[in-house]
Amino acid sequence: MTALLISLLIFGAGAAASLAFAKRERWLRIFGAGGIILGSVLGLVPAIGVALGAPPQSLRVAWDVPYGSLYLRLDALSAFFLLPTFLISALAALYGTEYLEAYCGRKALAPPWFFLNVLTASMAVVVLANNAVLFLMAWETMALSSFFLVTFESEEESTRQAGWMYLVASHIGTAFLFVLFVLLGKSNGSLDFDRFSPASNAGVLFVLALVGFGAKAGFVPLHVWLPEAHPAAPSHVSAVMSAVMIKTGIYGLLRILIFLGPVHAWWGWTLCIVGLSSGILGVLLALAQHDLKRLLAYHSVENIGIIALGLGVGIVGLSVDEPFVAVAGFAGALLHVLNHAIFKGLLFLDAGNIVHATHTREIDHLGGLLRCMPGTGVTFLIGAAAISGLPPLNGFVSEFLIYLASLKGSVSLGASSSVPMLATISGLALIGALAVACFTKAFGIVFLGHPRCEGAGHPEDVNLAMLVPGFLLAAGCVLIGLLGSSVVRSMGPLISTATGLPSILISRDLIEMGNSVARVGQFGALLTGVVALLSLARSKTFGRRQISTAPTWDCGYASPSPRMQYTASSFAQPLTESFGMLLQTREVLTGLEPLFPQRAEFHSHTDDPYRRYFFQPLFQSVSRAMASLRPLQQGRVQLYVLYIVVTLLVLLLWQLA
Amino acid sequence: MMMQLINPILVLLVLSGFMLLGSSRLATCIRSVAFQGVLLGLLAISMQSGQLTISGVLLPITTAVVKGFLLPWLLSRAMREADTVREVEPLISYNLSIISGAVVLALALWLGERLQLPSQLPSSLLVPAALFTSLVGMIVIVSRRKALTQVVGYLALENGVYAFGAAAALRLPVLVELGILLDVFVGVFVMGIAIFHISREFDHIDTDKLVALTDRPR
Repeated sequence: MTALLISLLIFGAGAAASLAFAKRERWLRIFGAGGIILGSVLGLVPAIGVALGAPPQSLRVAWDVPYGSLYLRLDALSAFFLLPTFLISALAALYGTEYLEAYCGRKALAPPWFFLNVLTASMAVVVLANNAVLFLMAWETMALSSFFLVTFESEEESTRQAGWMYLVASHIGTAFLFVLFVLLGKSNGSLDFDRFSPASNAGVLFVLALVGFGAKAGFVPLHVWLPEAHPAAPSHVSAVMSAVMIKTGIYGLLRILIFLGPVHAWWGWTLCIVGLSSGILGVLLALAQHDLKRLLAYHSVENIGIIALGLGVGIVGLSVDEPFVAVAGFAGALLHVLNHAIFKGLLFLDAGNIVHATHTREIDHLGGLLRCMPGTGVTFLIGAAAISGLPPLNGFVSEFLIYLASLKGSVSLGASSSVPMLATISGLALIGALAVACFTKAFGIVFLGHPRCEGAGHPEDVNLAMLVPGFLLAAGCVLIGLLGSSVVRSMGPLISTATGLPSILISRDLIEMGNSVARVGQFGALLTGVVALLSLARSKTFGRRQISTAPTWDCGYASPSPRMQYTASSFAQPLTESFGMLLQTREVLTGLEPLFPQRAEFHSHTDDPYRRYFFQPLFQSVSRAMASLRPLQQGRVQLYVLYIVVTLLVLLLWQLA
Repeated sequence: MMMQLINPILVLLVLSGFMLLGSSRLATCIRSVAFQGVLLGLLAISMQSGQLTISGVLLPITTAVVKGFLLPWLLSRAMREADTVREVEPLISYNLSIISGAVVLALALWLGERLQLPSQLPSSLLVPAALFTSLVGMIVIVSRRKALTQVVGYLALENGVYAFGAAAALRLPVLVELGILLDVFVGVFVMGIAIFHISREFDHIDTDKLVALTDRPR
């Protein structure tokens, strides 16, 4: 625990130093990023130890806050969530030293470093806290610090709007959490986590946790803030938020599940439904986006959906006492938390590279970047393959575990329990296929072909500080993919903390799963090897030939331009068309009217359906209802005092009468 | 002998409240609040049962001096410096003020009867008088236009709270009581300065016109 405390103190010192050296940019970079990197590396040591089975550690200090205590506890679950927290934060900080350089002189750089330190510390405390008051304080600190990071470029109207949306969504979620913890505290007489015992109203508490934590995690329909906030934030912040911060929602849900005692099957069903809708809607909306970072944000929704699917299957398995299904479901979900952190962090950093080099996020303006930004291109390709769940990379391992859980479940469970399992299998397959399509689109349009816009011509690849984090994360994708079976086998302590099943049972199941993973992984590696051999043979054969370029045959048209390549929307059109019912894409085509049209334009725009058809009408009607209270606000001090006096008098009379 | 003084003092307290509500001159308002301060000092002394102690006498005297002379002097100075019209300029008429005062007095009497207090009181009038004084302060704050009258209202409110403290027989330690006194003093001091600055900035201390500063869309 000492190492973790010191690492928290280092984050604090980093934050303080960022303020102290606000005017000196060089020192600011060293101390702001140094605090995060040093603290994270130090914190990783105990986290890895406990995640792999070292005994849990705890620390308790009395605190003046009512019902609160400074009670930190590091068990396997917290330790496991600390891994991506520290890993991604450190790499993002390293990345940020260069990324923020572009703003040097234009904007004050002390706030982003201060808040990044605070955010890292608060995320660590969220997963360590063992007292509800401490947890909620860290939770709010996390929300506020990330709000200030999102609104870094607050001079842009869209950024401010995204920030507000995030703040509102986050506070609605927190309101549910307050109710949840008050109810838990009321029935147990204490707000310490280890005093919480199974309650009779567990169903209500589960729903509260699902909404409260789901708003942070980005479950559909509470995901609407994600595609706004992630593009608005600086890229290394998007990486931290998408890779780690939204996972605290998953952590919270898992932690609450531990308190709630025996699980019910309908919780699992609910999570499966939530997961399916998040996964499918997330990937479909991603497919329809033109903004690279917004596309990645929707993929976060999709992957959170996959995690929820794993949890749902695992809970169904627990409820019907089928340990293999439970273990495989939880293992898949938890491993996917780590995997998603790695490849989504990687993809957001690569998106940052692209924005940094070309100053645009519009996919349709880019093209041919693989030639001038090879480092970014190759790591993006690895990340894209990993997020699509292709072997032999890490995304495959975790998705395979969820497949395994639902296959086993659909075979061995009764007819009614196997329905969600079958739905999960088909849903996962659909999600995976659409993800492949989406990343083929993203990679193909951005990195292949020719630049589609003058401005995005031939940028140089970014420098080493921005590339190294990407390389490390890509290496992580490959490593977890290749060593999948050993990773799966080492998850025993974690699964036993999360499910409460006996560890002998778990390790037996995990070994079996590890073997299946290894078999498929070997096959995947073989396939990759064959492809590599083929491409080697190809380059040997064709290497000596002369390569000449000529314009594409275009039916006699005189001057084809790079803008006539496939665009992102045209590539995705067959798919978005067939899911048009869900997506409601709006298309505007103008200028093709007269016989010889001069200038034509075509726009397509896909709004978030939940935002457009649910939240916007909802908030508009709330705001209309509130407008009737407007006359109360007259701007006269006397009137306001009168309100207070009348309220107090009425209360007094009511009490005495 | 002391105890017999309590009821007359309370009656005077109530009357000074009506004077505050009914007078049209700022100076009279300040004077009636000052009078209340002196009355409170007397009240605190006459509440003492048995032997008079040094702190039991000194504290009320300090209260009387601060509330009866120092604060009114500060307010008069603020009034002179702000160079304001020496009229109260109420939002409601004087008659209505007096009538609302009567209503509040009835309310205070009713409340005083219902309110459960932990200890036996020397006079049944004590709680109603204290409540009445506080409520009069509230009325003054709500219904008067000038920033200065709001400070006066605040002082009356505070006087009511002090009388209520005496009524609830709160045996406060000397330090706490001095602290409260200091709080009020600093509060009025700061408000006096603020009034002066407001009048210099806007050429008036009319809170009514400060409505223009609101962010409310109109």
